[in-house]
Amino acid sequence: MRTTTFKDCNILRLLVFVILPLCAIVYGASHPSGYYAGLINLAGIYIILVASLNLVNGFSGMFSMGHAAFMAIGAYISAFFTLTPAQKMASTPGLPEWLINANLPFVVALIIGGACAVVVALIIGYPVLRFKGHYLSIVTLGLIVIVRAVLDNEGEYTNGARGITGLPPKSNTVVIFIIMAIVLYFLFRLIRSQYGRGLIAMRDDDVAAQTLGINLASKKLSAFCISAFITGMAGGLFGHMQSVISGKFYYFDLSFRVVQTSIIGGMFSLSGAVPGGIIMAYLPEVLAPLETGVKLFGHQLPEMYGASNLIMAIILILIIIFRRQGLMGEHEFIVESMFSKDTYTSLFKKEEYLNIGRAFRDLFTGKWRKSKKALPEDIDNTPPVV
Amino acid sequence: MTSSYFLSQLMNGLKIGSVYAIVAIGYSMVYGILRLINFAHGDILTVGVYSILTLMAFGGLPLWLIIIISICISIGVGVMVERFAYRPLRSSGEETTLISSLAVSSILQNVIMMIFSPQKKAFHLPEYLTALHKVGSVTLSTMNIITFIAVFVILVILSIVIKRTSMGMAMRACSDNLTASRLMGIDVNKIIVMAFVIGCGLACVAGLMLAGEYKTIEPMMGFVPGLKAFCAAVLGGIGSLSGAVAGGFILGIAEMLFAGLMPTSITPYREAFVFVLLIIVLLFKPNGIFGGKEANKS
Amino acid sequence: MLKIDDIVVKYDTIPVVKGVSMEVEEGELVALIGANGAGKSTILKTISGLMRPAQGKIMFNDMELSKMGANDIVKAGVVQVPEGRQIFSKMTVYENLRLGAFLRKDRAEFQKNIDYVFEMFPILKERLKQQAGTLSGGEQQMLAMGRALMSCPKFLLLDEPSMGLSPIMTEQVFSVIKTLKSHGITMLLVEQNAFEALEVADRAYILETGNITLSGNAQDLIKNPAVKEAYLGG
Repeated sequence: MRTTTFKDCNILRLLVFVILPLCAIVYGASHPSGYYAGLINLAGIYIILVASLNLVNGFSGMFSMGHAAFMAIGAYISAFFTLTPAQKMASTPGLPEWLINANLPFVVALIIGGACAVVVALIIGYPVLRFKGHYLSIVTLGLIVIVRAVLDNEGEYTNGARGITGLPPKSNTVVIFIIMAIVLYFLFRLIRSQYGRGLIAMRDDDVAAQTLGINLASKKLSAFCISAFITGMAGGLFGHMQSVISGKFYYFDLSFRVVQTSIIGGMFSLSGAVPGGIIMAYLPEVLAPLETGVKLFGHQLPEMYGASNLIMAIILILIIIFRRQGLMGEHEFIVESMFSKDTYTSLFKKEEYLNIGRAFRDLFTGKWRKSKKALPEDIDNTPPVV
Repeated sequence: MTSSYFLSQLMNGLKIGSVYAIVAIGYSMVYGILRLINFAHGDILTVGVYSILTLMAFGGLPLWLIIIISICISIGVGVMVERFAYRPLRSSGEETTLISSLAVSSILQNVIMMIFSPQKKAFHLPEYLTALHKVGSVTLSTMNIITFIAVFVILVILSIVIKRTSMGMAMRACSDNLTASRLMGIDVNKIIVMAFVIGCGLACVAGLMLAGEYKTIEPMMGFVPGLKAFCAAVLGGIGSLSGAVAGGFILGIAEMLFAGLMPTSITPYREAFVFVLLIIVLLFKPNGIFGGKEANKS
Repeated sequence: MLKIDDIVVKYDTIPVVKGVSMEVEEGELVALIGANGAGKSTILKTISGLMRPAQGKIMFNDMELSKMGANDIVKAGVVQVPEGRQIFSKMTVYENLRLGAFLRKDRAEFQKNIDYVFEMFPILKERLKQQAGTLSGGEQQMLAMGRALMSCPKFLLLDEPSMGLSPIMTEQVFSVIKTLKSHGITMLLVEQNAFEALEVADRAYILETGNITLSGNAQDLIKNPAVKEAYLGG
């Protein structure tokens, strides 16, 4: 019998991909400064980030771990165009005069931020992407360190480690979700296009892809740049949501969290970004009380710094051991099914609700592993040369 | 700038370089066999340091015993990590194990944070180790001198083990061709555990050196040096022991000379410089400075 | 000597070997013939313990190989010369041979075995200090076979020894196989080069998409019209 996945549950799919986002937009738009609006916005930004990361990590067979660097670039550059001249004189007096006086619409600022991220992606991607293996991982991690060093040390332009405060709170729920919808639609079309099929071919077998006339280096570089652009924009959104930007926000923690989100949702699926993003925006909030000490069944637990990160890391390990491809596997939520009658009539059938139970059971029972039993007990093939 | 200043910077480079070299060996061994960047390796170093600190706080135990116990604890943690977080993922992709190692790194950091608090702690070695000696125009502590000797001895022993013993030959075979190694009757799991044992033991020693040098420790202290040590291993040509060591020393010296000789406006870029150096080297020598000429292009 | 009993082997959920049974008696040379993707190499990998059968078992004398680890299987004397040589390319020829004798610690025996290997493959003696990756394809195949012989195998599994070799080299490889047979080594030979394999073999099995479709005396199979049609070019 085949494994039931969440893909088989129409009700869950509608809930995650249609109903929840719609409610979120309505709620976020009507309570722009509420606590939950913040979480909704965060989930939206995670979804954008993870979808763009999946393009690189899931569909192109590269592995970037330093996307926070592109976020930082997007955040700072877009801030230069949205802050008032007075704010810039105070915190970043080193900027050239035209930039101090520059003031552009928010979306244009975001696009410029994304474009600057692309420039950096080109500079580091060009030397690195010609080689197989983990070079990109380690170099992108290095990029985080480099960007952080620049942000902390070029006080004239970035206000140093203190960061820049008072960014106009322009990323509201509506803007974030419109950008999210555009990004998801664009990426979805992209991976279904000839370009996207080429990427997947390259991921699955680069030698075969090469014989089909795919230029690996340029294909990888272009995918990396597209991803950097979207990530840069998301960085701008993130900065304007928090209204404070500083190098320390865009360091390993954030970068790993995005990678983690991508894994939980399923890095081979763009749609995976949605459940992944929702979970990762809310889970830390749920776990946060642990850090400051919480009452559980009448017992006062002590303060435990790091408890929430610890639990998230354990969840991550369990997911990759028991469900290697994340919640969505390789499945995509097809937008068309939103408009199909079957999707809605199925909500009134018993089978639908049984499927949810089955999907949960299959997620956590050994069933997933049993199908793998024929695999060698440990190592099958010689790992490829670096 | 005097030559003695240059010399003392060089010495600092050797000090930090020996830490990188020793950590890089562990990275390189594991990477050579499993093609896994074990991000948790730097945190094993932290585990070692904290266990040394805790045992010293008890008082009474001689330092050598403390170090041996801590090495054993580090090895124990490392072997457990291999068993529970990496071995179940052996047959899945390289990325999966990579992510697992990130998660393990986070677990180790946060457990240490929960037990010892996230604050920095002072780390004092006994006085007889911190006493300073003047060698020519350079000042070195007893600890530094012991460190240099220890690094040298470790390297000699390791290279003998790798080159001459059958265990060492099996290790080289595994990093050359894992499938063929299994067909030769080599117990691959045992070799992998052995690589973790050696790597984690060395990481603990490196931790002691690092903490002795900086005199403060914190739960995240291992991560970035670990990352740099991996860069060192890549720089020297990953998978080879001598490459890892040479890469470690080159990186350490380059970093310290950069910090000491460059104008002060750019010295804060010390950490960044390491990675820029890595990118530049990869650009020209993708297999590392001492790596072979195998075609690695995709 | 070796008895495979109804094994099923799967990659993930896809069965590649679907209930294969076969037997090899002591001193025999048995060929396993089939097209690409028929599951030949998978069977050898399963015998060597690189893969586990989902069902069925493999017995070697009284030992159940399908429950043993790869290293114990080698210890039991079942040694494979893998497809595509799989030599240790960064190590010297001598080190490769040493690794072949990894489980055998006896020095005198080692000397005896290495002399035997040099007698079979004189070229290896000349190349002893050379890095194995720099050998030619044929020499690498010799090295792979020599390496396997270093462990005094009771049972030798040969996976496509003629793959990618020139006709002259192929001939040489098969003549070595004949010699080994005359020395009494039991062998299971997997080949696509059906004619050559049937020439040297005592018996043969024909594998098609995971099932044994024909088996019998090698000489009879050469004459079998169906085999001729499918594997010997009409």
